[in-house]
Amino acid sequence: MTEHIHVAPAPVGGRLLTPVTFTCGVLILAALAILAVRFVLGLGAVTHLNDGYPWGIWVVADVVIGSAFACGGFSIAMLVYIFNKGEYHPLVRPALLASLFGYTLAGVGVIFDLGRWWNFWHILSPAYASPNSVMFEVALCISLYIVVMWIEFSPTFMEKWGMRDARRKLNKVMFFFIALGTVLPMMHQSSLGSLLIVFGTQIHPLWQTMLLPLIFLLSAITIGYAVVLFESCLAAAGYRRSIEMHLLTPLAKIMLGVLAVFMIVRFGDLLWRGALGHAFAANLQAFMFWLETACFLSPFVLLRSEVQRRNPARLFIGGALLMLGGVLLRINAFLVGYDTGTGWSYFPSVPELLVTFGMFAIEVLGYIVITRRFPVLPREDAPPTATPAALRAATR
Amino acid sequence: MLSAPAALSTDGRPQRPIESRLEMSRRSFLQFCATLATTLGLPKGAEAAMAQAMEAAQRPSVIWLHFQECTGCTESMLRAEHPTLEKLILDVISLDYHETLFAAAGHQVEAARKAAMERHKGKYLLVVEGAIPTRDGGIYCKVGNQTAIELTRECAKDAAAVIAIGSCASWGGMPATDPNPTGAVGVGKILDKPVVTIPGCPPNPYNFLATVVHFLTFGSLPPVDAQGRPLFAYSRLVHENCERRAHYDAGRFALAFGDDGHRKGYCLYKLGCKGPETYANCPTVLFGDAGAGTWPVGCGHPCIGCTEEGVGFSKPIHMLAKVKNVEPPALYPAIHEPQGQGATLGSAAVLAAVAGAAAGAGAMFARNLGKQHAAADTAAKPAQREDA
Repeated sequence: MTEHIHVAPAPVGGRLLTPVTFTCGVLILAALAILAVRFVLGLGAVTHLNDGYPWGIWVVADVVIGSAFACGGFSIAMLVYIFNKGEYHPLVRPALLASLFGYTLAGVGVIFDLGRWWNFWHILSPAYASPNSVMFEVALCISLYIVVMWIEFSPTFMEKWGMRDARRKLNKVMFFFIALGTVLPMMHQSSLGSLLIVFGTQIHPLWQTMLLPLIFLLSAITIGYAVVLFESCLAAAGYRRSIEMHLLTPLAKIMLGVLAVFMIVRFGDLLWRGALGHAFAANLQAFMFWLETACFLSPFVLLRSEVQRRNPARLFIGGALLMLGGVLLRINAFLVGYDTGTGWSYFPSVPELLVTFGMFAIEVLGYIVITRRFPVLPREDAPPTATPAALRAATR
Repeated sequence: MLSAPAALSTDGRPQRPIESRLEMSRRSFLQFCATLATTLGLPKGAEAAMAQAMEAAQRPSVIWLHFQECTGCTESMLRAEHPTLEKLILDVISLDYHETLFAAAGHQVEAARKAAMERHKGKYLLVVEGAIPTRDGGIYCKVGNQTAIELTRECAKDAAAVIAIGSCASWGGMPATDPNPTGAVGVGKILDKPVVTIPGCPPNPYNFLATVVHFLTFGSLPPVDAQGRPLFAYSRLVHENCERRAHYDAGRFALAFGDDGHRKGYCLYKLGCKGPETYANCPTVLFGDAGAGTWPVGCGHPCIGCTEEGVGFSKPIHMLAKVKNVEPPALYPAIHEPQGQGATLGSAAVLAAVAGAAAGAGAMFARNLGKQHAAADTAAKPAQREDA
């Protein structure tokens, strides 16, 4: 890896109880109360799920979208460690933290949706393994990746608690976990698309294609960059720090590049399959398709030139719209474009929605608590590109 | 242990080929053997062994007793056609005593029975048709001044095997229905040796025949269940192989005789069909040799459970059966699943409110970022000018 000298990360500090964390706490408590009811009385007591729609918002939002939002760590790690773009290293830890929460909650969220949740440990038991199943691949990859990510992120805690020996030992084998941390998300993010291939003709032709694994993987990578833009802007504003524009501006360009590849694959596939005609029908599916496409195309307009990419407002909106495009792609493919026969319908119930909001609130609260108390974000008072002397001063 | 019957041809004349004796072609005879082997669920090659056993003219002596019954079992046997069973009974087995089929009567017949029992001691087959009354010393059914109990015990003493044909002989059947005035019981209750039962009202003739031919071929009776029923015929519920099963699984039921579902051939479970609690091979071997679909359920009448003690003649025909194999537990989905409701006012409102709040917050946040950026830009530009 190219040697880059960066500011060492440091805790942000400050009060933990703020209006934001309080709101998050309330949302989390509401979600926990609903989950208690769900675990005792079953899915039917809380959700609007039915036999036609066994997967609702908990699977699509908490797991599929949640894990895609959590691709920031993977996307940045790939950029830094595979493509050797060391200058982005300061973004790794914050992105990894967001990923950590996203994935851990996605893994936990699966349990909420299991009808017989007390059997959830079967996922991890080789005796119950069914190696030919897509679902098995997803479950195993995600659980492994969660463990790998906690290991990748553990230096943060080791620094805080002064475990220097452990930190040094871990550093020697870290390359292995970083490699795993890049391969595993590639496997399961694409498999989340393969899940839909198994549904066959129940998925609308605008979304049903053998290229779904590639489409889901590419969109997850772009969403990863979008999340970093979004989260950096928010964190900077929330903690009244300066935005790392020198990193985000080129990152936005990379994001647009991956997004362009994604759009070529997406529309090339639609044309090649002759499915684009469905986009001009007068129905909900076509409308949602264009909404999704508009969200994916908007960053090209908003961030078309270097000048625009220097504007944090545009980076924020572009990132947010791209994330929304990813959300719509997943909701469209899993719910809007899913037709299992006449008569079946699904719309999340209020308790279902509250649990999902609670899940996102846990992520926000966790991010705030950890960045305020643990060394994640770069130290603010040092200049962005520090000299070795300044670095020594900062870490003293 | 049961032993194979010895060659029992007694008339001394050279035997004609069996197909000529049975008045059927060689091909039909072999087909018959194959059918029986299949009914028994025997492996390939068994049909050849059966053909050989029947050709060898080992005609086992059969003594057939009638007690409290309607002779329906005999009647149904006589109407089997592959080959006609009376040919088979008269030619493959040596039917030495059968009250319905004998031309002789009275002491003559009783003497023939005693002579056959003496001659084939330990080798003859005893077939009992009808229930045996036990109340008041069994006086309610007598033949030749002997009660049914005495006759059965006398004949069973030296029999190689005892077969109870029909539900009456198997456990009491119709005569044993409450209040059971004669104290009717099955053959097994008054004998202390194993009895193979072929329940049914009447039973399928081929189940009986396959059992006899099994004995003829292998020298032993086929494996049986706890009620003495041969497993090859009575190990599966009627429900398991029923032609209407798909309707049951899909929740399509006839609700009244002649209603729309009944005309369309829907499941008869709700009309009281006892298929789900009755063990018999009716759906696979059908009945009466009249072609496809000819068995009670196939004709549109619910199974009455005639092969099952405690079901047939005990439970009313209209009563719902107790589903033995796949009784749906509470956790199974109901037949009519709720198909989901669309968006409720509350959930749509919550989602819209949150989406609106997020969009508003995002817009305000972006506006502030833009303002800061513009301010920083204008601050940077004069500085650049000064530098220049």
